[in-house]
Amino acid sequence: MVGQTGVKKALWVSAFLGPSLLALLAFSIGPMVGTLWVSLQDWNLIRDAEFIGLDNYRELWGDEDFHRALRNTLYYLVGYLPLALVGGLGLALLVNSKLKGVAVFRAMYFLPVVTSWVVVALLWKWLLNPSDGLVNWLLGLVGIDGPGWWTSRTWAMPSVILASAWKDLGFVMIILLAGLQSIDESLYEAAKIDGAGAWQRLRSITIPMLTPSLFFVTVISLINGFQVFDQVWVMTDGGPAGSSTVVVEQIVKNTFTFGRAGYASAMSVVLFVIILVVTALQLRMQKRWVFYG
Amino acid sequence: MADLALAPTPTDTEPSGGSIGRADQPLPGWSGYRRRARLVGRYTVMVACAVLMVGPFVWMVLAALRTDADIRSVPPTLFPDPVTGENFTRVTEAFDFWRFTANSIGIAIASTILQLATATAAAYAFARIQFKGRNLLFALYLATMMIPLQVVIVPLFIEMRNLGLVDSYAALLLPTIVSSFGTFLMRQAFLGLPSELDEAAFIDGANHFQVFTKVLLPLVKPALATFAVFAFMATWNSFLWPLVITQASDRHVTLPVGLSRLNGRFGTDWNVVMAGSVISIAPIVVFYAFTQRWVIRSVAYTGMK
Repeated sequence: MVGQTGVKKALWVSAFLGPSLLALLAFSIGPMVGTLWVSLQDWNLIRDAEFIGLDNYRELWGDEDFHRALRNTLYYLVGYLPLALVGGLGLALLVNSKLKGVAVFRAMYFLPVVTSWVVVALLWKWLLNPSDGLVNWLLGLVGIDGPGWWTSRTWAMPSVILASAWKDLGFVMIILLAGLQSIDESLYEAAKIDGAGAWQRLRSITIPMLTPSLFFVTVISLINGFQVFDQVWVMTDGGPAGSSTVVVEQIVKNTFTFGRAGYASAMSVVLFVIILVVTALQLRMQKRWVFYG
Repeated sequence: MADLALAPTPTDTEPSGGSIGRADQPLPGWSGYRRRARLVGRYTVMVACAVLMVGPFVWMVLAALRTDADIRSVPPTLFPDPVTGENFTRVTEAFDFWRFTANSIGIAIASTILQLATATAAAYAFARIQFKGRNLLFALYLATMMIPLQVVIVPLFIEMRNLGLVDSYAALLLPTIVSSFGTFLMRQAFLGLPSELDEAAFIDGANHFQVFTKVLLPLVKPALATFAVFAFMATWNSFLWPLVITQASDRHVTLPVGLSRLNGRFGTDWNVVMAGSVISIAPIVVFYAFTQRWVIRSVAYTGMK
């Protein structure tokens, strides 16, 4: 580094940065600009595009299907997030020990994370099959008449939520476990001497010390959650009667089924802005609840 | 670090850490009994959770071995009767699942290697070379983390069409070859190494490439492993992009897309669909069984700040 000429340094920098920068421009930044541009067009991917200004956005404003997709995406998040966080925390507390065989249990709980969404969605679609599925049969054993799950307008979204939370429990568990294990043992010793019970120790030590990990998981889960698609596509295809349609599914259908690439791009832009705003809000609000000891 | 923290010590059977089930001093009588009861309780809950998390996969494998009548029988029987391999034949006759498997493995490995190469190189430049506009450029990389594929899918598809790459391996691979998350992760890892290391190497006459490959890379193996795990899992499981870019034929289809097509063909023949699912998760489950320790360690690593 010392004594290098400007040209030589520039060559090194471009050699190291070149491949990734080109790829980012070609497959991320470029297409992002492209999305903005296509969102101002009326285009079915085949004939010439026609510039229509903000018409697509105006139409979105009054589009009941899109509003429903937005509401359902929020519904998904509101259902999925608490389930995944509380469940993941429970598992993390459960396997945060040095008991014999605990590593095997961790590995088992993590298994759904390494399998694909399509597999998980198909598996749960079958387990939640209303007529001869395992879940309704088990519910029947305890005298509960199971619902229609993904065939029912009321239960389609809960079915998706259930499968999704189940898949991600292991991921949340591992992140929170790493957080748990970085908590200083002496805090618990001190609390015990002060006579704090298990529940009190959980509330006043574990949870506050865990907030950075909880924050990390929440940010990631929200960004991913807004893009929910695979499991919806496989389990319900947005149905029945649009009762579980979500934003990305609307984007795909508008582009490839209805031939409305411009309109779909406007949806993409709205989704992008929502993710951006929500993430920015979280970063701003983290001071209020995240405790960096 | 995570390495140590997550590795259980087999000799130590006392529960410790966390807020529940902490071992008190071993006491005789009533307390000892309570401690043992708590231990049994904890194992019971762990086993119950294991049934909940792994049970569905076991049920899937059993379903793949059932006949059409058996899969619909109410009440269900635990073991298939009779056991049949028929469903696997039906799957492979309908679709070329071996080809899908090869596609998935090939794309995931190629993508992982390329991501490691592009992102570690970029990370080195950001961490170790002083140049004008460095912070601005790094901010740009970070900003692309906020651009999910879902948002750029339409122009990306058009781009591939203009390049004549629709339904090709190149189209599957190209959008995945760079990772700003990986760049960030590796830059953090490089920044954690003292700069005296490179300075000593430069004095010995090394150039940037040698410092990068010979001096720094060997020292950031945990970060590299973490990145590799994430890159591989993301590509292996990705669905949306392969779904839209391989619509034209069956040739470049990856396992998740192949499976969704199988579901389209066989609908509610769950024994056949589950046989396809078993084929599609077999490679990753076997791989995971051997590597689960460092897969889990790697995920934990990203949670350590």
